[in-house]
Amino acid sequence: MRGPDVAWYLAVAAFLFATGALGVLLRRSPLIVLLSLEIMLNGANLALIAFSRLHGESSGQIFALAVMAVAASEVVVGLGLIVAIARKRLDLDVDKLSFLRG
Amino acid sequence: MANVLVWAVWIVAAFSCLASGIAVVSFSNPFYSAPALIGNLASLAVLYLLLSAEFVAAGQVLVYAGAVMVMFLFVTAYLGGRADAPWAGGPTWQQFGAVLAAGAILVEVIVVIGLKAGGRLSHEARIDSGFGSPHRIGRVFLTDHLLAFEITSIVLLVAAVGSVILGAHSRRSDTTGDLVHSEEAGARP
Repeated sequence: MRGPDVAWYLAVAAFLFATGALGVLLRRSPLIVLLSLEIMLNGANLALIAFSRLHGESSGQIFALAVMAVAASEVVVGLGLIVAIARKRLDLDVDKLSFLRG
Repeated sequence: MANVLVWAVWIVAAFSCLASGIAVVSFSNPFYSAPALIGNLASLAVLYLLLSAEFVAAGQVLVYAGAVMVMFLFVTAYLGGRADAPWAGGPTWQQFGAVLAAGAILVEVIVVIGLKAGGRLSHEARIDSGFGSPHRIGRVFLTDHLLAFEITSIVLLVAAVGSVILGAHSRRSDTTGDLVHSEEAGARP
């Protein structure tokens, strides 16, 4: 079964990472910033799994699973922060959240 | 024939992956972005399957598209889908810089891949049928990478505890919300 080369997968991973970076830099809603972060992490995951296939080595997939666990924790903490911000009746706008004191 | 089929599946998965990624970034309402991200994750799972990473693909669908995105949709519903128009009022210098930076990252990654690894990327290692199976992954995870496994579990635990503390703190310090107030009053008679 000969499919596309690993280089094609890496190109998709690079595009995904750039799309996520664009979202993180461009959007002001913290929810969409978190979603864009997920896209960046998934681009990195795709590269890890592509390299794991290239070398025939399972360690890359282990790393991808660890990245997924970190992404889940990041979403939990991020959503907790966003809910806390919303409870304080602050604007959900990352440009306006320039101070951290409560 | 099988070759053509693999290419066809790859093209469909890769394009839906990229299109849904762009959709996540460009939708103004987070309530539409979250389902677009679910599509992104599902097509990524197809790409993982093509790279014979079956366990990671299953985990991707279960953990990400299942658990994480459901939580996301709940929070979005709780906050109400507030539209945030990304291009309202014409492009500012900040948005111009963001597009420039993202393009620079893309070009940089592709140039590095092309220069450093260009010729070596087409010789894939020969793998047996057990590659990426739950059996193999579990064995590697619990022998060679046991420390990573334990640290991952600690990270998840710390995140859960931190999120509970964040929620409890914001509930205690918030005295303006009517709903929160009545909840507290009910909890402490």
